[in-house]
Amino acid sequence: MKKEWLVYLGILIVSLILFFVVTEPITFSPTVSFIIIGLILLAIVYIFVRTIQGNYVGRQTVFLFVGISVILPFFMTITQPIKLSPEVGSLYTALGELQPGSKVLISFDYDPPSAPELQPMAETFFYYCFKNDLKVLIMGLWPQGPQQADLAIQKALEQPDIAAKNIEYGVDYINLGFQAGNEFVIQRMGSSFKSMFPTDFYGTPYDSLPLVDGISNFSNIDFSMNLSAGYPGTIEWVQVAVDRYGVKLGAGNTAVQAPQVYPYLNSGQIKGLLGGLNGAAEFEKVVGVIGKGTKFMVSQSAAHVIVIAFIIIGNAAFFLGDKRKKSKAAEKKEA
Amino acid sequence: MEMSELIGIWLGAFLTLGIISFLYGDNPWYKLCEAIFVGSSAGYWFITLFWDNIYSKFYVGVTQDGNYMLLVGGVLGFLMLMRLISKIGWISRWPLAFVVGAIAGFYLINYFSSNVMYQVNATIMPLFGSGYGDPIFSASFGNVINKIIIAGGTFTGLVYFFFSKEHKGAFGATAKVGIWVIMLTFGASFGYTVMSRMSLLIGRMDFIFGDWLGLIK
Amino acid sequence: MRREIPMFITAVVGVVFVIQYFIPHWPFNQMNAWFSDWFSIISACAIWLGALNLMKISANKVYRKKKEWGYSAVIIACFAITVFIGFKGGESFREAGTGFDWIYRFAYIPLSATMFALLAFFVASASYRAFRARNFEATLLLLAAFFVMFGRVPVGDAVVGWFQNIGLPVPDAIMPSNIATWIMNVINAAGQRAIMIGIALGIVSTSLRIILGIERAHLGGD
Repeated sequence: MKKEWLVYLGILIVSLILFFVVTEPITFSPTVSFIIIGLILLAIVYIFVRTIQGNYVGRQTVFLFVGISVILPFFMTITQPIKLSPEVGSLYTALGELQPGSKVLISFDYDPPSAPELQPMAETFFYYCFKNDLKVLIMGLWPQGPQQADLAIQKALEQPDIAAKNIEYGVDYINLGFQAGNEFVIQRMGSSFKSMFPTDFYGTPYDSLPLVDGISNFSNIDFSMNLSAGYPGTIEWVQVAVDRYGVKLGAGNTAVQAPQVYPYLNSGQIKGLLGGLNGAAEFEKVVGVIGKGTKFMVSQSAAHVIVIAFIIIGNAAFFLGDKRKKSKAAEKKEA
Repeated sequence: MEMSELIGIWLGAFLTLGIISFLYGDNPWYKLCEAIFVGSSAGYWFITLFWDNIYSKFYVGVTQDGNYMLLVGGVLGFLMLMRLISKIGWISRWPLAFVVGAIAGFYLINYFSSNVMYQVNATIMPLFGSGYGDPIFSASFGNVINKIIIAGGTFTGLVYFFFSKEHKGAFGATAKVGIWVIMLTFGASFGYTVMSRMSLLIGRMDFIFGDWLGLIK
Repeated sequence: MRREIPMFITAVVGVVFVIQYFIPHWPFNQMNAWFSDWFSIISACAIWLGALNLMKISANKVYRKKKEWGYSAVIIACFAITVFIGFKGGESFREAGTGFDWIYRFAYIPLSATMFALLAFFVASASYRAFRARNFEATLLLLAAFFVMFGRVPVGDAVVGWFQNIGLPVPDAIMPSNIATWIMNVINAAGQRAIMIGIALGIVSTSLRIILGIERAHLGGD
């Protein structure tokens, strides 16, 4: 018990020092960055040798390396070229076909844990819509979704070129809020949006919102986007909105869910796919904004390299250890 | 920065570090944060559903819009809550039966249509055309190969899942190829899972070092 | 009667949802609308049931002073605070600047997001200790994971690009990003589709059994 409290005290002291003493942001020059990367690689080689010798490192060491690989790139001044994949390219093409004034419905089907991946997509999507004068209707099948949308809208509206446009709530965009019922909400929206969203996110009645004047169901929507982290999400949107009501759908998914959605992309049921943080970064690139998707990709790269390195080390130890066991057994037999 | 914002960020940091402390082992700080999470999360869902559904859809729907059919839903919902009283808890089977029936009827059609028929349709594509109705030989060589792999991979994968016949002979060989396809698929999913988990951690570290400590430019 | 009435409800509702897909006209469109609305309200009550049940269990733990009852008291207190602020805020309870919004941004987001972020550490640790190329199938799994992880971040192409820069004849087609794209769009699409069709057929048959009353597990005992 005492040991725990000492650790807590240590964390508090370090936090206070970092908060009050280090008041300026930290930036490593490229040289320092490469030296740090070199040192980490040397440490990995050391672990490799130790593991081959049969001494597996404890899981706390793996945790430490994961932490370092994620944190240190925040301070590095390294840039990486981001390559556009066909999944993201096709979504951008589909969006490009929309005329100014087109009605776009975006469903936020995720909660804060998935925000690092999906929030950058949402911010970029709003930026694109406002920049191209598309009218946006927001909704959510997850209760936290519309609240995440609110945060994303605020970020998009802070962009200078969007701020200059005087985007107005109720005219250029509305947030219809959340409704319970999962896929049945989508099904009901096929005949009436109002029945599922009698009021918007702020309690304003549906009929008093100018933007939805003339919008009663999916037939009045030109394009739909779904940002999803699981159930209910893209799969349900495809099954009901796309296959039953003929909605054109684009999807942004967490990386965990994205592989399951590829068959829909291949069959043309969705027009494009943003998969995980990488998809967010690509979307930012193609739209022309630098957001958190792009900024986080250096950390993402480093984390992947560390995981790959640990997989290689584990396998090398497995095979070499196997060989060593066999040779020892042979030696024993000979003796 | 406003005072409430500053206090909020410190609270957020306290809670974030508390959850991370689980890496060190189960400890009181983590347990406290976990309890706060469970309580506030339950409260969040409770309130959101009250205002978004029970008030704005049910109460307003009945009292202001005169949609009295919603009362049936209200009664079923109320019966669901009877589960809390053990003596009459059995009555909650009625709304549960409604939910199960609705999902069964809904899935029966939608899964068959979207996840079977559309998928079979998209698997058996014109080999040398780029799509239905496109001129023949408009597809590239790579396209043709990919279509064969997709059709073959889907078919062999399905054969692997067919357990009513013993996996022997030609059937067994097909199933073997199927499991290779499934393994490659799981590998891709694993890669994406790693990507996802790392992204979430990056998000939290950005909060700690950026929003809270202000160390990130 | 305790089983017959629920079975009847299940069958009627299930059949109506099947028919309304093919006949989206009166009376089935009307029934679809009613049933969807009821489903939505029941869903909300089901979540209320979960929250209230949690309170019941926690209160019981506190009342009986069971082991670690203090944490249960914290659960009840946090629930009560969130609910009180939410009710007090009225219909616009979560507007920016409200107490509920503050709880969401500074308590709910950090807690829920960090809970899932922890998995990053465990997935890395598991990769080191358990992800082995023990046989051919496992090697395939490992290779796909490797190419996807390496190809979906810019560092993959940067490493191979470096080999190209020093004069090695590496074709663009085997750039990690291209391999990852191919795996995802071709192999993964095929495998996922096989899984998707398999699961869908399973769901269809189970749904049919439920509607016909052959499958009754959801109705419990007696």
